[in-house]
Amino acid sequence: MKVLRFFLILILFLPLNLNAEENDKRNKITKNLRCLICQGQSVYDSDSEFANSLKIVVDKKLEEGLSEDQIYEYFKTKYGEWILYDPVLNKNTYILWLLPLLIFLVGGAIIYKSFIVKK
Amino acid sequence: MKNKILPFSVIIIFGIIFFIFYKGLEDSKIYTPDFYTNKEIPEFNTKEFFSGENMKSSSIFDLDKIYLLNIWSSWCVPCRQEHPFLMSLNTDNKVNIIGMNYKDNLKSGKKFLKELGNPYKEIFIDLDGTIAIEWGAYGVPESFLIYNNEIIKKYIGPLNQQSIDEINLLIK
Repeated sequence: MKVLRFFLILILFLPLNLNAEENDKRNKITKNLRCLICQGQSVYDSDSEFANSLKIVVDKKLEEGLSEDQIYEYFKTKYGEWILYDPVLNKNTYILWLLPLLIFLVGGAIIYKSFIVKK
Repeated sequence: MKNKILPFSVIIIFGIIFFIFYKGLEDSKIYTPDFYTNKEIPEFNTKEFFSGENMKSSSIFDLDKIYLLNIWSSWCVPCRQEHPFLMSLNTDNKVNIIGMNYKDNLKSGKKFLKELGNPYKEIFIDLDGTIAIEWGAYGVPESFLIYNNEIIKKYIGPLNQQSIDEINLLIK
């Protein structure tokens, strides 16, 4: 009886779990896509017509077996890099990437000089 | 000497940050997407608006002809506004206007055309908005000028006299 119950539970939850995994992936992708017609919202957050259609497309692409990166690449060719929340390092974005590093290094040097060397 | 390095570097850092933010002020706050001109049109399967028959994109667009693909919907208020301009463009017959009915109720769509006239040579439907995404569209209304299966120009928002003049100039 216990074995039967175990299998019943397993059968009940297996497809649900598979669905959940797919959902997680879809949510992750839509969180990384900018809703281009909304202000400061991701596709995941937005309920606009544009975002809802985009969610359907993401589902379709996942069903077709495309990987996460391939889906980002697909949207990049359609809408440009702006649709991605994670900007790529290029001539327009290098300050964005290097400034925190620079501040970190300079700040570290100041701390080192004024606190550690003094001691 | 040591005491001078600290304020000096702080000033320099703030100077850099000020410069970057100052530069940022000059940028437009409104995002205008890049126009990917001379981009090939996507391939898709869809249904005809009146008959509901299946159709392929390749059967709609021929080479050597100029098309204006217009995304419209009966619930879209700016579409009403641009409709007279589409009707005036249709009278010239130089350009084939193709309609993409976007996320619409077919009944209201037909009523819309009955009321305001039908400038379209052919209309296909996009029930869930995914075909519009294939085209890289943002919503309704939006128009694409197409020649030789390539997008020459994209108009986001309702067409107006200025854009109609531009289209007329481009298709001359």
